[in-house]
Amino acid sequence: MPRANIELPEAIAYLSILDEQGRLDRELEPRIDEGLLLRLYRTMLLARRFDERLLSLQRQGRIGTFPPSSGQEAAHLGAVAVLEPDDWMVPAFRELAAELWRGRTLESVLLYNAGFNEGARIPPERNDLPISIPVGSQILHAVGIAWALRYRKTDRVAMVFFGDGATSQGDFHEGLNFAGVFSLPVVFVCQNNQWAISHPRSRQTRSRTLAQKALAYGIRGIQVDGNDLLAVYAAAGEAVARARAGEGATLIECVTYRLSVHTTADDPRRYRTDEEVEAWRRRDPLTRFQNYLAERGILSEEKIRGSEEEVGREIQQAVERAEEEMKRLADPLALFDHLWAEMPASLREQREEFIAAMSAPPREDRHG
Amino acid sequence: MAKRNLVQALNLALRQEMERDDRVIVLGEDVGRDGGVFRVTEGLIERFGEERVVDTPLAESAIVGASIGMAVAGLRPVCEIQFDGFTYYAMHQIESHAARLRWRSQGRHEVPLVVRAPYGGGVRALEHHSESREALWAHLPGLKTVIPSGPRNARALLVSAIRDPDPVMFFEPKALYRAFREEVPEAEETLPLGRSRVAREGTDLTLVAYGAMLRPTLEAAEELKRSRGAEAEVIDLLTISPLDDTLLVASARKTGRVAVVHEAPRSFGPGAEIVARLVEKAFYHLEAPVARVTGYDVIIPLFSRERYYLPDVPRIVQAAQRLLEAP
Repeated sequence: MPRANIELPEAIAYLSILDEQGRLDRELEPRIDEGLLLRLYRTMLLARRFDERLLSLQRQGRIGTFPPSSGQEAAHLGAVAVLEPDDWMVPAFRELAAELWRGRTLESVLLYNAGFNEGARIPPERNDLPISIPVGSQILHAVGIAWALRYRKTDRVAMVFFGDGATSQGDFHEGLNFAGVFSLPVVFVCQNNQWAISHPRSRQTRSRTLAQKALAYGIRGIQVDGNDLLAVYAAAGEAVARARAGEGATLIECVTYRLSVHTTADDPRRYRTDEEVEAWRRRDPLTRFQNYLAERGILSEEKIRGSEEEVGREIQQAVERAEEEMKRLADPLALFDHLWAEMPASLREQREEFIAAMSAPPREDRHG
Repeated sequence: MAKRNLVQALNLALRQEMERDDRVIVLGEDVGRDGGVFRVTEGLIERFGEERVVDTPLAESAIVGASIGMAVAGLRPVCEIQFDGFTYYAMHQIESHAARLRWRSQGRHEVPLVVRAPYGGGVRALEHHSESREALWAHLPGLKTVIPSGPRNARALLVSAIRDPDPVMFFEPKALYRAFREEVPEAEETLPLGRSRVAREGTDLTLVAYGAMLRPTLEAAEELKRSRGAEAEVIDLLTISPLDDTLLVASARKTGRVAVVHEAPRSFGPGAEIVARLVEKAFYHLEAPVARVTGYDVIIPLFSRERYYLPDVPRIVQAAQRLLEAP
């Protein structure tokens, strides 16, 4: 028998529990108590409305360039929702709902997007890394965190986010390979939002799915409907449980869509059609989840209105507080902070020089 | 002659070189359909097709590594890396291969490759989008590092870089992309790589700058003339490495007072090499310690504070005044 197909130990499944028509697979439906469901709903709503507000603030010049996350909330929120607070989350840069879920404040997001490094501060009780812009680079850090967690004999896990574009980077492949070889407790969550700026998913890889890349590294892979919070939650729950039990890593491909711009410097009309965007709008994860909660009888029109008002107020207050805070953060000397554990003498000298230059009287006074 | 901004001038260079030489191909992320995130490659895919203007998967190391192969096999690839903060993915390929293949093959292979990337601050960008790290590249033997300072020289230098038989890092001052227009002739123009130029003549002191720092340096020179009648000579490096020190050494010998301006961090920055050259070649002519007006040895802050980091006219003028007041 010179040639026979090799049986691979795993196949790639596709998971959808709540589809865009609102049809629910009751056998697969994860058991989530009402309190948690409502908290997830509220976070999703908050993230969506906040994202919209950020966009308008950017258009008014009150904050800088930022990457909106509307449309992808289920894909990242559903995944982090299964983490314990002392698990680690390693974000890319389009996981607003997940970051809010993990306790990042609206003010911190506002400060960061208004160009204040203070907005990147992570409170000590959160085990998370700051957002990572160089595409795919953070994947390896999650691998290392998972490695350390296992070395220290904890049952904690690391979860890392990245997009479809990142799967073309070497760091992605190296990360999955290490996770496979060392059987590490890490969950790789790919938010496949179909577009890496102008580059479509179909041109990112010839593979039929991104999930199947897991097979090459001997780890588990699954593709889920990334606009179905229940499916993402279920897949992430399984992956985290396996990681905690010492059964290694999983790649979850969440099939979703970036409804908005790549960043506010981008013009998507150059590369994709309005029809495509409209088609995905009909699969909006927020509406879908809202309808599900209404079906279950735990969300009424009135409650939705109430939540909208509450979220609107929360955002408004955060914007006001952040803008106040920005005035207090005028100190330019922050430039020299947080680079080293101990500031080297040469940098202390530069800092002194900076202070002297700042306080120098205007030239005209000295030279007439 | 048509007035063009930096983006249009670079676009002209690419278009004309592609017309002139079918070995020239452009590749990178979003360079085709999107025309590049800064629109430098706008219209090229319509004109030259997908075979010569290639939207690649998101992988900087692959873009550059594959381009090395193309270059060795006779093409003239022009890679775009979207921001200089993402060039590090490709650094291994550039250091280990692009800059060495001629040497490693003892002259058999050459790598006529251009890596274009926007660099520098001043556009309220995100983290990793505002750095000025040219010294990292300038340190590599076998690699040329070019930084234009305006539309006309950018176009002429890019043409030369594409025709050059060696690999070139071509850093574009993104703060200048749409900052101003100047006459850029449709007719072919080139500028030799590895040559600096005198951007303003003067006799009292020498200011050395390049890229986005040239404009504030020229403004500072005018301010010095207004406020104290001092005539500053301004040298525009254009190529960081290999560094042409003839003009700056000659100028230092003439004026005896020199300041170097760059937005890169100070320590081990291009200014350090310039000071060393002056010490080696003009030491006995110096009337005052050479000044460095640079970024500080920190990561450029997010944009609300970047103006404190970037050298500006007052800082350059202050340094120049100290030079002039030195006994």
